[in-house]
Amino acid sequence: MRSTYSRLLLGTAALAGSALLYASQTNVRVAPDPDNAGLKLPAGFGALKVAETGGKARHIAITPQGVIYVKLNRVKDGKGILVLHSQPNGKATVTTGFGDYGGTGMYVKSGYLYASSDHDVYRYKLDDRGEVVDPTKGELLVRGLKVGSQHESKSIVLDNDNNLYVNVGAYANACQEQDRTRGSKGIPNCPILDSAGGIWQFKASQLNQRYAQGTRYATGLRNVVGLDWNPQDNQLFVMQHGRDQLHDNWPALYTDQQSATLPAECMYALSKGSNAGWPYIYYDPQRKEVMQGPEYGGDGKTPAKGDYLKPAAAYPAHMAPNGLLFYTGNMFPAKYRNGAFIAFHGSWNRAPEPQAGYMVAFQPFKDGKPSGQWEVFADNFSGSAEKTASGRADHRPCGLAQGPDGSLYVSDDSKGTIYRIVYNAKK
Amino acid sequence: MIFSKQVFLGIALLAGAGLTLQAQHRPTPKAAKTPAKAAAADPTLAASLTRGAVVYKNVCITCHQADGGGLPPINPPLIKTQYVLGDKARLSHIVLAGLAEPIEIDGEEYKQHMPAQAYLTDQQIADVLTYVRNSFGNKASAVQVAEVKAVRATLK
Repeated sequence: MRSTYSRLLLGTAALAGSALLYASQTNVRVAPDPDNAGLKLPAGFGALKVAETGGKARHIAITPQGVIYVKLNRVKDGKGILVLHSQPNGKATVTTGFGDYGGTGMYVKSGYLYASSDHDVYRYKLDDRGEVVDPTKGELLVRGLKVGSQHESKSIVLDNDNNLYVNVGAYANACQEQDRTRGSKGIPNCPILDSAGGIWQFKASQLNQRYAQGTRYATGLRNVVGLDWNPQDNQLFVMQHGRDQLHDNWPALYTDQQSATLPAECMYALSKGSNAGWPYIYYDPQRKEVMQGPEYGGDGKTPAKGDYLKPAAAYPAHMAPNGLLFYTGNMFPAKYRNGAFIAFHGSWNRAPEPQAGYMVAFQPFKDGKPSGQWEVFADNFSGSAEKTASGRADHRPCGLAQGPDGSLYVSDDSKGTIYRIVYNAKK
Repeated sequence: MIFSKQVFLGIALLAGAGLTLQAQHRPTPKAAKTPAKAAAADPTLAASLTRGAVVYKNVCITCHQADGGGLPPINPPLIKTQYVLGDKARLSHIVLAGLAEPIEIDGEEYKQHMPAQAYLTDQQIADVLTYVRNSFGNKASAVQVAEVKAVRATLK
């Protein structure tokens, strides 16, 4: 979430109430934990553990009034969405919960909370305090989305024109005849792309939509978990989880070392009709080139046949970008404003090479496009370099949200910790 | 997906024949250890373990990891679970035919498809399963080539 006020809140009485709440939030002196919550941060930044939810905290959204909503991947004590309220010291308490479904998507916009299961998308009306009016009455916006046994997350975001964007991940690695099986060829005209492997656009305020009422906005995206609307150039940006197992499935073409560094995790700037090329291609960050996938006749050396969307930026392989947030706050130094934070969940697909990720990166932007080299922003969610290398991370960053004061919140879907990163705060 | 109804049925039957899988303890993964001391006194077993380690590194390690701990909630662990330590025919079947349905170990659901590895020889499968059953803190009897061969015959 960002501090875009809803039309609802611009109502007369509501404005006064929310402005007071906003002021009380920003006047709070937030104290970072003495150890910065175990994180390694750039100079001047501090961090605190806001709450331990004990659930698989996927995406997170914060209202302009500072109410924190956390989507759990699996229902805990009958609740799939947790509600957190901040305390004066900047920490928060889980006050209640609702929604009897697991999932990933959580987003706040224009007086509504949006949530997704792995099949459906719901919305809940918020009142002028940022509280859900009736937790028992989620309105079903979209139903019957395709889900398999991988890439199930239906991540969501809205634009400024009342459109809802939903990721429908491909339920395969590379659309092989036999998924993830050594030497199995790709299916021509991959049928998965009819109903998955892309971003679907729906109306944000129309109930009971199915595929027929939506539009396949962009295709050729294997799995997107992190996505956000870029307010600078009014464009949808997504982070793709790149394909796995080049060596396992094509040992004659790729060494295990190559498999650990191919392909890049890519950021795409999407427009209606974009085709990023999955499953036919992958992006080689060393060659800086879109390559033909081995399931479709590629050999690791042949550039892609066909014209596909080039990535806007590329990141190391297999690090699993699960959260994307354009920072619009004023708390952080100027260089962060309008840039993108990316939560990298961490790899599994690099063995026998060391695993990597488990951190939040920052990608500078200029005029709405990536500009300059990305950098590690918040590191050591795993707990140690050894835990990163082995993949036995203590915490795994997943969701990102911006608080009303410009704090950056990070959710962890391993232990359920909610982090808050602040700048220039006194300990 | 691709797996035939017959294969599903086969897996279901084999699973049904196995032990109850609830309430299994998932231990903390440890670094890979040298497999059981018994190998020292049994050159046949020792040779199988050595060959099995190579197969594991080439075929299994990406998903199940160097320490056999897998990766919740995607790839299941191979440590002290009845899927590994229990019925050898069921275990061989998973390698030969794959596993396309979610399984639950110690309250965690694992969903990623295990692809069939039928291109491995009976010897390679016997070796890697013997290795897995005697690594990562596991200790169980060796898998024989004849046992793998018998399961493969049911798939043709």
